[in-house]
Amino acid sequence: MAVAAAPSVPAPLVRVARLRAGWLAAGSAAVAVAVVTGVCFGTVALPAGEVVRELLWFDSALTDTQRTVLWQIRLPRVVLGLLVGSTLAVSGASYQGTFRNPLADPYLLGAASGAGLGVTFVIVNLAEGSRTPLGAPAAAFLGALVAVGLTYLLGMAGTARGSTASLILAGVAVSTFLTAVQTYVQQRNQDTIREVYNWILGRLTTAGWREVLLILPYAAVSWTVLLVHRRSLDVLAVGDDEASSLGLHARRTRLAVVIAASLGTAAAVSVSGLIAFVGIIVPHTVRLLVGGSYRVIVPLSILFGGAFLVLTDLIARTVASPAEIPIGVVTAFLGAPFFVLVLRASKR
Amino acid sequence: MIRLTGAHVQLGGQPVLRGVDLRVDDGEWVAVVGPNGAGKSTLLRLLAGLVRGSGDLVIDGRDAARLKPRELARLVALVVQSPTIPEAMTVADYVLLGRTPHIGPFGMEGPADLAAVHGALARLELTTLADRYVTTLSGGERQRVLLARALAQGTPIMLLDEPTSALDVGHQQQVLELVDELRRDHRLTVVTTMHDLTMAGQYADRLVLVDHGVVVVDGTAGEVLTEAHLSRYYGARVRIVDDGGHPVVLPFRAGTREHR
Repeated sequence: MAVAAAPSVPAPLVRVARLRAGWLAAGSAAVAVAVVTGVCFGTVALPAGEVVRELLWFDSALTDTQRTVLWQIRLPRVVLGLLVGSTLAVSGASYQGTFRNPLADPYLLGAASGAGLGVTFVIVNLAEGSRTPLGAPAAAFLGALVAVGLTYLLGMAGTARGSTASLILAGVAVSTFLTAVQTYVQQRNQDTIREVYNWILGRLTTAGWREVLLILPYAAVSWTVLLVHRRSLDVLAVGDDEASSLGLHARRTRLAVVIAASLGTAAAVSVSGLIAFVGIIVPHTVRLLVGGSYRVIVPLSILFGGAFLVLTDLIARTVASPAEIPIGVVTAFLGAPFFVLVLRASKR
Repeated sequence: MIRLTGAHVQLGGQPVLRGVDLRVDDGEWVAVVGPNGAGKSTLLRLLAGLVRGSGDLVIDGRDAARLKPRELARLVALVVQSPTIPEAMTVADYVLLGRTPHIGPFGMEGPADLAAVHGALARLELTTLADRYVTTLSGGERQRVLLARALAQGTPIMLLDEPTSALDVGHQQQVLELVDELRRDHRLTVVTTMHDLTMAGQYADRLVLVDHGVVVVDGTAGEVLTEAHLSRYYGARVRIVDDGGHPVVLPFRAGTREHR
């Protein structure tokens, strides 16, 4: 028999990629800082010390008004930012892994525009004022799945069967087509056009905890599936053939990951609109910092993605206060230069 | 041990293997040779379960058609000819991929897996390169990393598709010597496809010559590497020189044979 080393061998000095305590702590700290900063700043500033006491369930000196602002306005928005940012980032990371393409993200493969079309249909047909309609996540998921399915079928039908290039091209075609349909539906319905437009631009507006509760189950399922597949994403990195020769069901794994990432994307898009760039910036920054293993990239994308979006949302709602800048504008405005800096700084 | 009988494989509607029989005994090294497009790589991929065809394949006494991919991957390791090397993956992480069939889809590596990686790295003298990215290594180092991954897989059978095709002659010899040492130390059964016929004859116990999807000659290097065979199946003008029992294949240019 071959090398089968005895399990009794003392722990050898092999450094393999794993989520090290330091990075986990850094990611958690980023989330904590983002949450505290996010709830303290706004049109009315709240005292940070008292906010932390209140959040940790100690008695605090906050007034009733401040308490209401904290629990009913700021915190729901911050938590929604965490959920949306984490979900977009981890979906982006998973798309990149499963399609072995650094440019793959929820937008490139059509998932986001499919979800956008789904939500537009729901808003146009059952407008409920500024609240996110209850059916939005399901419609978004359906739209996302149809879009990714179409992309996949078109990509496989290309001359270079199933190559990443033909897949990305198919994604661009599907995305453009669905965006055109979405714009058409939007323009045909003048009474809801403003609402749809506001939503498309990307925003994290909340009515209490409603939006958080709306997407929480979808996000939880999506994260769980992606987390348990993080090792398989590393195996997929060597290509389908070699992954199969290592005993992995490559197609089955890819299908599970794509469905989970599309579910997460759809849920995020349904409450927050189209927030660009998070799915690319965050995983790539994490990758540059900790290396290429999805065993590390997936969990850290969840932490840093959430923190990133909460902080950009803070900027979006404070910099031109009392007006709000669409958050998608801020993610792109900050994300691109920051990414260039990280790219230059990493010379590994 | 590998027993393949009556294997037919079609790819894109074209027959690639047309009734191949192959028998490889435990600890044996068989080199599959043949002209471009003969079906050598497809034969290896069939043995690794990557293409489906008709015919019977028995590996270690078990019917391969009834094995799950993970079970097959614990018996057979494959090193493909042009592997996809992931960006930003260290040598240690790459070798760890070889443990996949032992870990399972949702699991994480344990001490036994790390020990196997450590052993494979040490065996192929890669310990000092363990933290380097595979993409930054030279061709010879990279080939050792591929072998380390296959070794960490812990299989009794190792399939190598053109293991030396990207290497200079010195590194070709080093890699083939390594394969031979691994075979002896770990009692591996080795099947390689090879273009260099002289080296195939020097290292393998037996040569199997495939042409147009059929095994046309099967035997020792002396039996397979004859001027008549190479002329007939490769359309090649060669002279065979005996070097202490090993045939050396010397190609010559048309019209220059009289100068020998």
